[in-house]
Amino acid sequence: MDLGRKEKLTIGLVVAAAILLIRLFSIQISDDKYRKESERNAMVYEDIFPTRGVIYDRNGRILVGNKVAYDILVSPKELSKLNYLDTVALANVLDTTVDFVRGRLKYYHTYRTRLGNQSQVMIKQISPENYTRFEEHAYMFPAFKGQMRSIRDYPFNAGGNLLGYVSEVDANDLKKHPGEYRSGDYIGKTGIEAAREEDLRGKKGCHIYLRDATNTVQAPYENGMYDQEAVPGNDIITTIDAELQQYGQELMRNKVGSVVAIEPKTGEILAMVSSPGIDVEQLADIRLHYNEIVNDPYKPMLNRTVQGYYPPGSVFKLVNGLIGLEEGVLQPEDRHPCYAGYQYAAGRKLGCHSHSSPLNLLDAIATSCNAYFCYVFRDILENKKFASIQDAFDHWRDYVLSFGFGRKLESDFPAELSGSIPTSSRYNKIYGRRGWKFQTIISLSIGQGEILATPLQLANLCATVANRGWYRIPHIVKDSKDVRIDDKYREKQYTMVDTLQFKKVIKGMYWAVNGGGSAGQTGRIAAIPGLDVCGKTGTAQNPHGKDNSVFICFAPMDDPQIAIAAYVENAGFGATWAGPIASLMMELYFNGEISPERQYLEDRVFGANLMPPLKKQ
Amino acid sequence: MLDQRQLYQRGIKNTIDWWIVACYVMLTLFGIMNIYASVHSSEPNSIFDLTCNSGKQIIWTAGAYVIALLVLFLFNPHIWEVIAPPAYAIVQILLIAVIFLSSDVKGSHSWFKFGPVSFQPAELSKITTSLFLALILSQQNFKMSEPKHFAAVAAAILVPMATIVLESETGSALVYCAFIFMLYREGLSGWLLTLGGLIILLFILTLKFSTYTSLVALTILVSLCCSSYRKRFKSWLTKEVPLLLFLAFLPRLWHALLNRLVPGADLAIADVDPSVTDTVLKASQWSFLLPFRPMYLLGVLLAFIIIKAMIRAYEEKSLALWSAVGAMIIGITLTFSASFVFKNVLQDHQRTRIEVLLGMKEDLAGAGYNVHQSMVAIGSGGFVGKGYLQGTQTTYGFVPEQSTDFIFCTVGEEWGFLGCAFVIILYVIMIWRLINDADDCREAFTRVYGYCVAGILFMHLFINIGMTIGIMPVIGIPLPLFSYGGSSMWAFTTLIFIFLALYRQEKKYF
Repeated sequence: MDLGRKEKLTIGLVVAAAILLIRLFSIQISDDKYRKESERNAMVYEDIFPTRGVIYDRNGRILVGNKVAYDILVSPKELSKLNYLDTVALANVLDTTVDFVRGRLKYYHTYRTRLGNQSQVMIKQISPENYTRFEEHAYMFPAFKGQMRSIRDYPFNAGGNLLGYVSEVDANDLKKHPGEYRSGDYIGKTGIEAAREEDLRGKKGCHIYLRDATNTVQAPYENGMYDQEAVPGNDIITTIDAELQQYGQELMRNKVGSVVAIEPKTGEILAMVSSPGIDVEQLADIRLHYNEIVNDPYKPMLNRTVQGYYPPGSVFKLVNGLIGLEEGVLQPEDRHPCYAGYQYAAGRKLGCHSHSSPLNLLDAIATSCNAYFCYVFRDILENKKFASIQDAFDHWRDYVLSFGFGRKLESDFPAELSGSIPTSSRYNKIYGRRGWKFQTIISLSIGQGEILATPLQLANLCATVANRGWYRIPHIVKDSKDVRIDDKYREKQYTMVDTLQFKKVIKGMYWAVNGGGSAGQTGRIAAIPGLDVCGKTGTAQNPHGKDNSVFICFAPMDDPQIAIAAYVENAGFGATWAGPIASLMMELYFNGEISPERQYLEDRVFGANLMPPLKKQ
Repeated sequence: MLDQRQLYQRGIKNTIDWWIVACYVMLTLFGIMNIYASVHSSEPNSIFDLTCNSGKQIIWTAGAYVIALLVLFLFNPHIWEVIAPPAYAIVQILLIAVIFLSSDVKGSHSWFKFGPVSFQPAELSKITTSLFLALILSQQNFKMSEPKHFAAVAAAILVPMATIVLESETGSALVYCAFIFMLYREGLSGWLLTLGGLIILLFILTLKFSTYTSLVALTILVSLCCSSYRKRFKSWLTKEVPLLLFLAFLPRLWHALLNRLVPGADLAIADVDPSVTDTVLKASQWSFLLPFRPMYLLGVLLAFIIIKAMIRAYEEKSLALWSAVGAMIIGITLTFSASFVFKNVLQDHQRTRIEVLLGMKEDLAGAGYNVHQSMVAIGSGGFVGKGYLQGTQTTYGFVPEQSTDFIFCTVGEEWGFLGCAFVIILYVIMIWRLINDADDCREAFTRVYGYCVAGILFMHLFINIGMTIGIMPVIGIPLPLFSYGGSSMWAFTTLIFIFLALYRQEKKYF
């Protein structure tokens, strides 16, 4: 059969049409992949945000609660359909500027195709009052709606640094926790909020709706079968005593430093003050204050209690004394002379204040004699038991580390630093293997030189002495039904020094505060009538300026309830500022108030401004 | 006088092809309905609302009807023959001018803007080129085989086509390929049409698979044509097919062999990058196998066959064999230049579209997004569709350009397979009637013009719908009479009704 060209073309036309129809048949009828996909396109996901867990103090007081705020969402697509929008009225209702509103609207208009159907958050966290006003006028602003968010509320001004803040996830967080967060979610950034993020955040819920052809949400998808309700976060009970914390913060106002209070028996942190710190008002509005906080030259963001590196000063004499006793190179009744210091080389002397001489161990602790502990440290390092000073030093270092120095205590507080205790190899490197001896590193005897510790480690030392030889790892979260804590916080951590030796030094700490030895006392100012306070002062030399004032104390002597370490930078003698601060906190903790006789002390501390002058840039 | 005229001429009833008019009217009205559906959303405007596309389209359509009546009843049909050359020249000048005078619309320089009104000279060019071609081909002494005449025809097509490519409107330029159908009807060798198909096939095979596959396919086609022409189908089946099959499976055998010989080497990827095989093989003790690669074997074989065929063609003086040899050589050249063209001639976005279409690249966010969403919309329509104004995909704005280039999505989603078939059948009837009517005409001018119109409509139909269902690359050309847009609506109306007027003229007196 011969076909004409017209017929061939007609056949071609029919074949082409058939190809189109066959293809249509296959995607429209035989394959339901596209129908399902169109349903997915038609689904609207509405996030249900969980309320974050509440943070309590040890007495059931709310430190961090929640309150309601509203985000204002806008649909760019609906926006582009509006003929008229009163931006002035909108700005008024939302309590913002007209420029802001117009700027945002312009942005949504420019990117309307890219943004598509997604609602955009125009303003975050407006107050319920503003939101009510917006609701009343909602008819004027059809493309806008509110979304409830629960935000943090701080009813009690205590522990800004400790609690940390919550803010929206940033690109970093999203990368670090892939799949867990979406932009717009909140995450704990610092402090307890960060450390306990997984407990606190709860689980986001989701409601799925179907849209119909007019883009209005119709009904729950599959009758809500796939909907998920939000699961609120777990509440956290902290070990903090809110009132003590608050009082500590007030005492430390206008001072740079830290106060850490620990319950010795349990290792629970009662207060943890880093000053200058962040006020909870600033936490609540972190977005507004963030730059101000970050650029503050006094670095309020730095949590000095776990991140500050300080020479411990004279409080470290306790450690050396205990090591000496345990090693058998020191007996409590050993006396050493002190002629205003210790002459360790021709013409070189480590100085001391004036006091009677010679002294035994307890008096040396009570008056904080420098020379005495030089002898002790000499005897430790020059012990015949060891072949070399390196061996002796390493052995000493093991002792020190068993007190929790030079390593992380592994508390549950994030960003804890380890402090630093030098090693013999470090000295070998500096001076050569045979190039150093006890005299070279004599400052270590009195807690100066290369020793650096955090205030938390000092408080832990105090708790260890109070317990006579052991501590529990300091921690800030209490065990509760919803939030379990690690077993390690329940275990006793023993030092390498026997309990017996501790009993020998405690009397010296008692004398330091309450008097009773044959020589002078350094910590009288910390004495509280009716309480057997034991303490040890420290005046740590500060290469950057005035000496740091250090004080550790615990009470009562026989059944210690609290151990405190106070560290005030650039404040002079330990007894001048750190002593009163620690002692006042202790008094408040036991008595709930400051007795009238000691009111003057409180006034003096409150009134003092010890902020070091800023270095000129 | 008047009465006498009435004696000769037949009335409107018999002189107008009412099939075409009916299809035309149905398509425009159905178009308006679907444009309304595609912009229909949460706050429905009336279909007549002049601020939305459907309202505007009603005005355009009304204007188009007026144009149709004017063309049909007011103008003397002879005028088209007269104005064809000057119109062609003027439009050509506009086509060039627009490159320099237009503002940039999505990367193309093809729109003239006069305040709120804008139009594309390329739309007019379809009409004027058709008229001009009709004029050339209807000359008494015109002969397609005469090189001078053929050159004139080729120039008349290629000049506007090239200009439009320069406007970066490659899609519109592609429509000019439609004239090849008309040329075929007017006596162009069928080989040219076949060649066109061959180019496309080889291009696709080379890109999607490999040069080897493409060459084997070419060999199979040419040998099939040859043997069917020489009526030796049986011997082709028994003698040539086994060899061809062996060639087709040779690469697999080769890989299987290599995998066994050189264990550990992942030779499967040699499909993608043959140089890997070379490197691996060169390093092994089997390097002497290198000259026996399938590609080389095929090359030697093809060279042998071609030389043999040439000798035979020379001896037998067989034109068919010469053409076969020619086709082979052209095909081989094309195959080897395909990747060159792909990498160096095509623009980036065109390359991406082709890659997406061939499934070489999954790109749901970029170029593939439009097609994917369009297929979701159409595919979700099912047999009878979701119902008028009940479509969800187009309303949510997933499908871009939904009232212009992707208007067919709305049909697919809301009217389902039935609606799609209805629309396609309307076009097919229209084109079929155009071909029939044109063929009936005694006036060569009318006939040629009719075929031009049919070809243009067909190209638009196939490319536009093919694009929405993912069998053609995304080329931004409208669905005639259906897509939103005044200038295209008026241009197509004029295009079609000039033919109806010419046809009516013919029917009146003959």
